[in-house]
Amino acid sequence: MAQRERDALTGRLTTGHEWDGIKELSTPIPTWWITTFLISIMVALIYLWLMPSFATTKSLEPGLLGWSSSGELREDQAIAAAAQAPWRQRLMAVPLEEVTKDEELRRFVQAGGRALFNENCAPCHGVGGGGQQGQFPALLDDDWLWGGKPADIVQTVRHGIRNEDADSRQSAMPVFGDSLSKEQIGNVADYVLTLADKSKADSRAALPGAALFKDNCAGCHGENGEGGRDFGAPRLNDAIWLYGGSRDAIIHQITSPRMGSMPSFASRLNEESLRMLALYVHGLGGGE
Amino acid sequence: MPNHATIERSLSLLSMLALLVISIGGLVEIVPLFRIETTVEKVAGMRPYSPLEQMGRNIYTREGCYLCHSQQIRPFRDEVDRYGHYSIAAESMYDHPFLWGSKRTGPDLARVGLKYSNAWHLAHLEDPRSVVPVSIMPAYAELKNRDLDLTSIPDHLTALRKVGVPYTDTQIKTAIDDAKAQASGVDTDGLLARYPKARLGDFDGQPNRVTEMDALIAYLQVLGTLVDFRDARLDPGAK
Repeated sequence: MAQRERDALTGRLTTGHEWDGIKELSTPIPTWWITTFLISIMVALIYLWLMPSFATTKSLEPGLLGWSSSGELREDQAIAAAAQAPWRQRLMAVPLEEVTKDEELRRFVQAGGRALFNENCAPCHGVGGGGQQGQFPALLDDDWLWGGKPADIVQTVRHGIRNEDADSRQSAMPVFGDSLSKEQIGNVADYVLTLADKSKADSRAALPGAALFKDNCAGCHGENGEGGRDFGAPRLNDAIWLYGGSRDAIIHQITSPRMGSMPSFASRLNEESLRMLALYVHGLGGGE
Repeated sequence: MPNHATIERSLSLLSMLALLVISIGGLVEIVPLFRIETTVEKVAGMRPYSPLEQMGRNIYTREGCYLCHSQQIRPFRDEVDRYGHYSIAAESMYDHPFLWGSKRTGPDLARVGLKYSNAWHLAHLEDPRSVVPVSIMPAYAELKNRDLDLTSIPDHLTALRKVGVPYTDTQIKTAIDDAKAQASGVDTDGLLARYPKARLGDFDGQPNRVTEMDALIAYLQVLGTLVDFRDARLDPGAK
């Protein structure tokens, strides 16, 4: 083992190791580095003491500050709720039908309702409520399946249509392919196609499908195809067709009906949100 | 530092001390794992996935949905406002592997269940832009043409049981029938007893087939719906 000696050039000690005449300097870790290292360890210990760091088999020790991410969330929510409270109280203080008479409140409902609509409704009904031809109803016309008053819309959004919510709107169109012949169904379709045409008001009674319509369809869709909102039965005497207005599409719908389903939003949206949403939809153009 | 030199020059002393240091590190990391099951608080309503949902989950994994969709609502106000209650540990307790994801190119799906109708999911998976014009999601129409591999279901459930999902012998034995019942909505009493809140129905519009589309939609429709968050006990801080 070689001797530890002082290096002439740097004035430092060597480690005493030597390889083929090359000697290794013993350079200590700088003081600033050691100090920073020790401070870091102390900071870590203080952090462990302040924040939730240790768990027993029973529970998590909360730490001196009592911080939790869910607690922070609750604080954020409380701040937001306090800021929104005056508006929400004003919104709930007036009857639903009169909310939009207050111009300020109308603007609040428009802004909040639009955000809620775009997140919850637009995927099916389209941004702006244009709907999806052959799939999801448009909401900006005056053709309502289950009613277009604000209270009707609140009810529809809250519980949905044909879903597992016990209060959802329920109805089912019978499968007429089982009970009517192809010829009869064709006749009914021909008759349905005349309903929108006022000029055929007198002549249509003579069509072969007239009696069939009266017996099978009028109960829900109305004598003149005006629709039945108790059953979500669409109006048939206008130019709006949810599943298509061609003869083939109507025959298909009579033979094996498609019926839309809408989710229940009762657990997702609170009372204020339901109001804002319903009034926004009501204001899209066709509200009653 | 003479002490250090002493340790370094004695092979047996160095080995013993190295072993001691590594043991401390090892114990601190390993011992808590013996009690890992106590770290997930049990929550009412959680159940293993039904066979059809589990197969849908496999398709979700296979197609890489988790690359663009997270399944983890963080406890921030903006996320809770948009997606619902933040995700809790128990909701992933039967996920092997979990599909929390780390990137949101599309929205979070942790609570997408029952947010849209089955018809919407079908239209959206067949052609995303038909319902969401700005979407950049690829179409998955092909799933509708692929029959679900029903025969492999019991093996999947058995494998999951080995890693801790409590499927019973009955559940494994009835798995194929349960999958068929859920995808048809017919004869579902047994299914619903074994898997409460399972969504029933012909998801893909083809009543006579059980396709991968059926399985995927059944899975999406159950996401985040099993725990009832109106139960105040779930939020220990909100007393």
